[in-house]
Amino acid sequence: MSGELHVHKVGKAYRKWGSEWSRVGSWLGLPCLPVEEHWVLQDVSFSILPGQAVGVIGQNGAGKSTLLKIITGTTQPTGGTVDRAGRIAAILELGMGFNPDLTGRENAFHSAGLMGYGEAEIHAAMDAIEAFAEIGEYFDQPMRMYSSGMQVRVAFSVATAFRPDLLIVDEALSVGDSYFQHKSFDRIRQFREEGISIMLVTHSMADVKSICDRAILLDKGSVVRDGSPDEVVDFYNALIAQKENAMLSIEQRREKNGWVLTRSGTREATVNSLRLVDAATGEPQSMVRTGQRVRLELEALAHADVPRLVLGYMIRDKQGNVVWGSNTWHTGDVVEDLRPGQRVRYALDFECVLGPGSYSVSPALVSSDTHMLDNYEWVDNLLVFDVMNADRHVFIGSTWLDAKFSVAKGDVDDMPVPHSS
Amino acid sequence: MEQMIKAAWRYRYFILSSIKNELRVRFIRSKLGGLWMIIHPLSQVLIFALILSNVLSAKLPGINNKYAYALYLMAGTLGWSLFAETISRCLTLFIDNGNLMKKMAFPRICLPLIAAGSTTVNNLLLMVAIFMVFAALGHIPDVHVLWLPVLIAINLLLSLGLGLVLGVLNVFMRDLGQVIPVILQITFWLTPVVYNVTMFPENVRHLFNLNPIYPIVKSYQNVLVFGVEPEWGPLLAIVAASCLLMLLALVMFRKAGPEMVDVL
Repeated sequence: MSGELHVHKVGKAYRKWGSEWSRVGSWLGLPCLPVEEHWVLQDVSFSILPGQAVGVIGQNGAGKSTLLKIITGTTQPTGGTVDRAGRIAAILELGMGFNPDLTGRENAFHSAGLMGYGEAEIHAAMDAIEAFAEIGEYFDQPMRMYSSGMQVRVAFSVATAFRPDLLIVDEALSVGDSYFQHKSFDRIRQFREEGISIMLVTHSMADVKSICDRAILLDKGSVVRDGSPDEVVDFYNALIAQKENAMLSIEQRREKNGWVLTRSGTREATVNSLRLVDAATGEPQSMVRTGQRVRLELEALAHADVPRLVLGYMIRDKQGNVVWGSNTWHTGDVVEDLRPGQRVRYALDFECVLGPGSYSVSPALVSSDTHMLDNYEWVDNLLVFDVMNADRHVFIGSTWLDAKFSVAKGDVDDMPVPHSS
Repeated sequence: MEQMIKAAWRYRYFILSSIKNELRVRFIRSKLGGLWMIIHPLSQVLIFALILSNVLSAKLPGINNKYAYALYLMAGTLGWSLFAETISRCLTLFIDNGNLMKKMAFPRICLPLIAAGSTTVNNLLLMVAIFMVFAALGHIPDVHVLWLPVLIAINLLLSLGLGLVLGVLNVFMRDLGQVIPVILQITFWLTPVVYNVTMFPENVRHLFNLNPIYPIVKSYQNVLVFGVEPEWGPLLAIVAASCLLMLLALVMFRKAGPEMVDVL
């Protein structure tokens, strides 16, 4: 069985009472009303269907933790309903209730008991918990002797020792050393493959893209986006920029080619045109060969006085991974003192050493090396092009390396040294 | 109500192991370990006995032991300490476990059960110690001592009911946490533990009946020292009141539960 979750119009208000006595009165059924309500979640609805992995993202204070508490049941919603099916395991905080004077094993027993498992079940799982934590004989030492990483290892092992139907993880994947991070990540992946529904709350956009098949963006207590991970993550990035620049506006639409275009900025300077052309002929290209010399041509237009203009590019693959990115700040090609109506033309020449696949170009017009300061215009996935491998031998991956095999064959005694021609 | 019991039953392993851990952790790093649990109350009894026995010993009718006052004092202490300890534990129960309640979904009813369990175990250990001292002083309680488990149950019912109401309120009104220990201290001196009601004139003795813990402590003394049947009348009144208090506590616990997490 796989877990299911339906959140319907959930809202959460923190109430202030004129006097604590009127709060007590309200429990006993007296007609006492709170003087102030502060809503941290409003009208939140979404579902997680069996086997789905959903990422929840949002800035600090967006209501993610409150939502998680409501879903796991530690706090009650003020309005709306949460329907759960299947056994839910929540990793909200690792190492809750650990006692430093007890051993790892005793704490594991205690912690699993807190999750609601009986003695026999815990006994059965204890060997697996010990094996996964990989802390050797420390497992039977008092926990005060542990490093914080070791504590986290035990905590994560216990939390994931039992197979849930719905797993809720809050920021718990980036714990321990990188070896254990990989290991815990693999376990989550393995849960996913076994069809366990997953809800992942994180600030790591890479985790969302690599684990989730859907993402939900919370902002100021409501769901602002619910869709494919790249689309939601792009919108989130634009939203962060918006927080920095009050005048910014955001638009997002899905293009015919399936890529989602996200445009944000103050519009003091905008991209007039962007095209990809063959470097030799100047002909526009939508399909490029691996190894072809091409040029990105962009024309920017100033709508107001722009003291300093920097153009940044980001080339991404279909999964949203950045393949290459840089800007004219780093190359020292900053344009200064633009007046309204003035244009700037940029050309970026490069050899397309990308592997076969679909890629997007996202240009950004900013004033320095980061878009946090002034974001004039940032467009995700403005231009999309495909790369095919026409004249190289077959290879995989997103980058063509100019690599050559040298092979030598011989008997053991007189092995010739292979060398490149 | 039924749900609460079911949930508690499902978490029985957790509750029992928590009680066990709590006791272990307290003494795991001290050489004398569990002995401390007995040394503390006994030293208190000893101090009172040494200081006050000379003043009071002559005024304890009905016992033919020269250590009469010490026996009387220990019997009262046994009853009082369960009451006071349970209330103090419950008072800060939810505040102490605030982080746990915010982060983990588990039946909240486990918390008072763990608290009650661990104070009861403490008290039973104290009881064993007191019986040993009794034997050393040449006093063997008579058959009335069999009423003791009933008295412990009544004591627990009263203190748990009162403690839970206070504990829930304390989450929202933190001044209670400061006031209650003072009130407990006052109540201790208003309860005949270190003195005896017979020291007061007949016409003011009835005032002691206003103290809800008085009939319980008195019954402890009756069955442990004097070999007399507990006075059931006042005790039954206490049981009835405690049941009502417990009901109020459970209602408040249920109603306040969701809000408790929000203010912790």
